[in-house]
Amino acid sequence: MPRITVTVDGVTYEEEVEPRLLLVHLLRDRLGRTGTPIGCDTTNCGACTVMLDGRSAKSCSVLAVQADGCDVLTIEGLAADGRLHPLQTAFHEEHALQCGYCTPGMIMAALDLLKEDPDPSEEAVREGLEGNLCRCTGYCNIVRAVRRGAQAMSGREVSAS
Amino acid sequence: MIPAAFDYVRPESLAEACEALADAGEDAKVLAGGQSLLPLLRLRLSFPSTLVDVGRLTELHDIRDGGDHVFIGAGATHYDVVRSPLVNAACPLVALAAATVADPAVRHRGTFGGALAHADPAGDLPAVAVALDCVFTARSANGEREIPAAEFFVDYLEPALAPDEILTGIRVPKLGPGWGYHYEKFHRTAQSWAIVGVAAAVRRSNGVVEEARIGLTNMGPTPLRARGVEDALRGAGIHPAAPDDGGADPIRDACGEAAAGSSPPSDLHAQPDYRRHLARALTHRAVRAAARA
Repeated sequence: MPRITVTVDGVTYEEEVEPRLLLVHLLRDRLGRTGTPIGCDTTNCGACTVMLDGRSAKSCSVLAVQADGCDVLTIEGLAADGRLHPLQTAFHEEHALQCGYCTPGMIMAALDLLKEDPDPSEEAVREGLEGNLCRCTGYCNIVRAVRRGAQAMSGREVSAS
Repeated sequence: MIPAAFDYVRPESLAEACEALADAGEDAKVLAGGQSLLPLLRLRLSFPSTLVDVGRLTELHDIRDGGDHVFIGAGATHYDVVRSPLVNAACPLVALAAATVADPAVRHRGTFGGALAHADPAGDLPAVAVALDCVFTARSANGEREIPAAEFFVDYLEPALAPDEILTGIRVPKLGPGWGYHYEKFHRTAQSWAIVGVAAAVRRSNGVVEEARIGLTNMGPTPLRARGVEDALRGAGIHPAAPDDGGADPIRDACGEAAAGSSPPSDLHAQPDYRRHLARALTHRAVRAAARA
């Protein structure tokens, strides 16, 4: 079985994996990082979005062997010293979730968007989150939360904390 | 779903990858970004015996100026292509269409060559490749060969690649000055496949269309070239505003045959007659936008 090294939220793991193991299963079942949910089987919903070497990726559509040597940031790696990331706070304050299933993916996709565009328009947010589905909110509060989070993050580097 | 089991090899060079693919036999598949392949594996619609992972072969990632063409390495991601100043300057239609592929997370990992080798007629890039007469380069242990776009798409999900061949890159001809471009995609939800799409390149001069190239997405088992429309557009006058009141509009008239010779699929998104209507309407829109009318 292939042996891989992968860094997840700052912790480096060495794992023997079956080639068919998906990154999201590695994260959840092997490393216990269940903050990243699985939503669909068709690369549609974006719930499992993580940052893979600094860019958003759907972790259900990446083999764990493909992530060998890579740096993975999940929703669980965002809060620092017990303080929520500004995007997490903004999602809370804008009530940008109901069931919360899409929220980890939404926040990771938003983080990626803000790396390219630290002050996105409403349209840019909607475009940037086109790969993430929410079945509860109707998106309006999510868009507001991303823009609020962007404001809170401005003045400091827009990247993974 | 969890994919069926397969063997996995990650060669260190293209030459090694060709050897590995030849050794693994005809049930092996090439893995690059995996954004088309992994969903098929997870849905158990595909059962490869071995995946040959070429995703880390930097020799496949190049985007370079070839003089009269831009060479896009098969392993360049959609994200690389969309951001490439060279692609945007010399073959903007490619960048316009690549920017509409799926969503940002998929574009980060999905590769330009992978999307073409997948040969899905609902994909956005095949129609662009046939419209621009791109040339595909493929490598096997026996050497390299070139395949014109017109011969590359054999049938639904079937490229003109032998089981032991790896797509290495795509030559996109530079059309030169005077051309305008547009990719018009119609879909019901943000990141879904095109129900129909139209890639248009138009050269205008003195208020008329001098030359046009039109590719159709999802109007048959392969991407199509709308040659009839291209011929009919030659010399068509470009009015500043399209009259929607039934008045004379040579461009709209020329686009009336956009669905000729097509065999559009029927699925839960649309029936063939609706797709034919879309082909006409979207071709009209795409040509006008490309002609900056």
